Amino acid sequence: MNVPENLKYTATHEWIADHGDGTVTVGITAVATEQLGELVYVELPRPGAKFKQGDACAVVESTKAASDVYASLSGEVIATNAALADAPAPVNAAPYTDGWLFKLRLSDPQELAALLDAAAYRAAAGVA
Amino acid sequence: MNGALQRTPLHSLHLELGARMAPFAGYELPMQYAAGLKAEHLWTREQAGLFDVSHMGQLRVRGEGLHAALERALPVDFSTWRPGLQKYSLLLNERGGIDDDLMVTRLEDEVLIVVNASGRQGDTERLKALCPELEFSLLDRALLALQGPRAAQVLAGAADLKFMHARRMAVAGIECLVTRCGYTGEDGFEISVAAADAQALARGLLAHSTVRPAGLGARDTLRLEAALPLYGQDIDAATSPREAGLAWAIAPARRPGGAKAGGFPGAAGANRAAKRFVGLVGEEPVPVRHGAHLLDAAGARVGTVTSGTVSPTLGKPVMLAYVDAGVAAGAPLNAVVRSRSHPVRMARLPFVPKRYQR
Repeated sequence: MNVPENLKYTATHEWIADHGDGTVTVGITAVATEQLGELVYVELPRPGAKFKQGDACAVVESTKAASDVYASLSGEVIATNAALADAPAPVNAAPYTDGWLFKLRLSDPQELAALLDAAAYRAAAGVA
Repeated sequence: MNGALQRTPLHSLHLELGARMAPFAGYELPMQYAAGLKAEHLWTREQAGLFDVSHMGQLRVRGEGLHAALERALPVDFSTWRPGLQKYSLLLNERGGIDDDLMVTRLEDEVLIVVNASGRQGDTERLKALCPELEFSLLDRALLALQGPRAAQVLAGAADLKFMHARRMAVAGIECLVTRCGYTGEDGFEISVAAADAQALARGLLAHSTVRPAGLGARDTLRLEAALPLYGQDIDAATSPREAGLAWAIAPARRPGGAKAGGFPGAAGANRAAKRFVGLVGEEPVPVRHGAHLLDAAGARVGTVTSGTVSPTLGKPVMLAYVDAGVAAGAPLNAVVRSRSHPVRMARLPFVPKRYQR
């Protein structure tokens, strides 16, 4: 299972790319997309929306069910991957690159310290 | 639902095939296999999918005065029912609501009723109470569904059976009761087999290159496209046959004015119609699922979605729903998903044409 070393993770299967300037990019992991199966719809937050860590802020839907994506960190949405609105396929095909979901400007960068690294996420998700 | 989940006779085969198992109606069943829901769905539409539906109860009914007694319990008419023919029927409550939907097969000397997993106990007890002189037994048998346009090539010995006809026959040397029916809208068969023989039968069928295993997830999207109602979701004890668009399941002789009108539980309420079953297609890509409210153009709530997904065949959101009886055919509606309204339009059912071999 692909779990890149350069990203941070949550136990709820989000990945976080820390850009080092108080902004992050968020997506869902290959473990999540494998569990969900082919996505048919992605609902993203609106730019400017503010979330607290742990808030449900996006929805990914497979044929079978809708699943929430949580804000891994507190902050304001500064960009979303609008191309997914019409074609969610990149989330399955390239979850860590073209399938990114949204970018946040962090309101509390200290929260970054509590995220999982790749090894801890693998252990939490029970994948090799 | 207390206690451990029940397993079907095919449980170890499911695990061997890489199934993701999930609880359903007290049973541990394959939701999908390694190929995934959409691939299993499309394979069934194009080739043949093999489903384990052994959670369904197979209830054998025997006894003196069998047909007359069952006519007191169900809206059926055995006078025009030849042995070997299967019919869809309904177990109604006293208010005319649907307590379960049933597949009933008249055989030479007995009647076989396939009930939903949720109805195994309740249906049996209710039918026993309505027909105390008859002998009811839930059989220790598996039920496999082979569905899709290639099913009749695989089961060549049953290729001459017509839709909703049953025959006892050997399949790969195993004694089975084969019925040409299913729950996908495709041509196909349901095969009742002794639990001990189920694995050998399933492996024999899967040895055909056109047959692949398909899970409960694909079964749900296939039946939704075919507009076949799911008990407990699209129909329930508060819904009348007429409301559900199932008035046809009451034998003509048992309807008001018929030769044997009434005389079964719920006869008086079966025709009430406070709501109407409709098909809807989403104008936007957002999936609309079970429980979503439907609003009219003025924003008043006029209905509820009972089943919904994005159709793997059509690539757009499809829904089964009830609207208030007063809502005009074709009226524009909105479905509410996560507090936002999304336009939907009424569509002819089924969403995907049925391909039964009549």
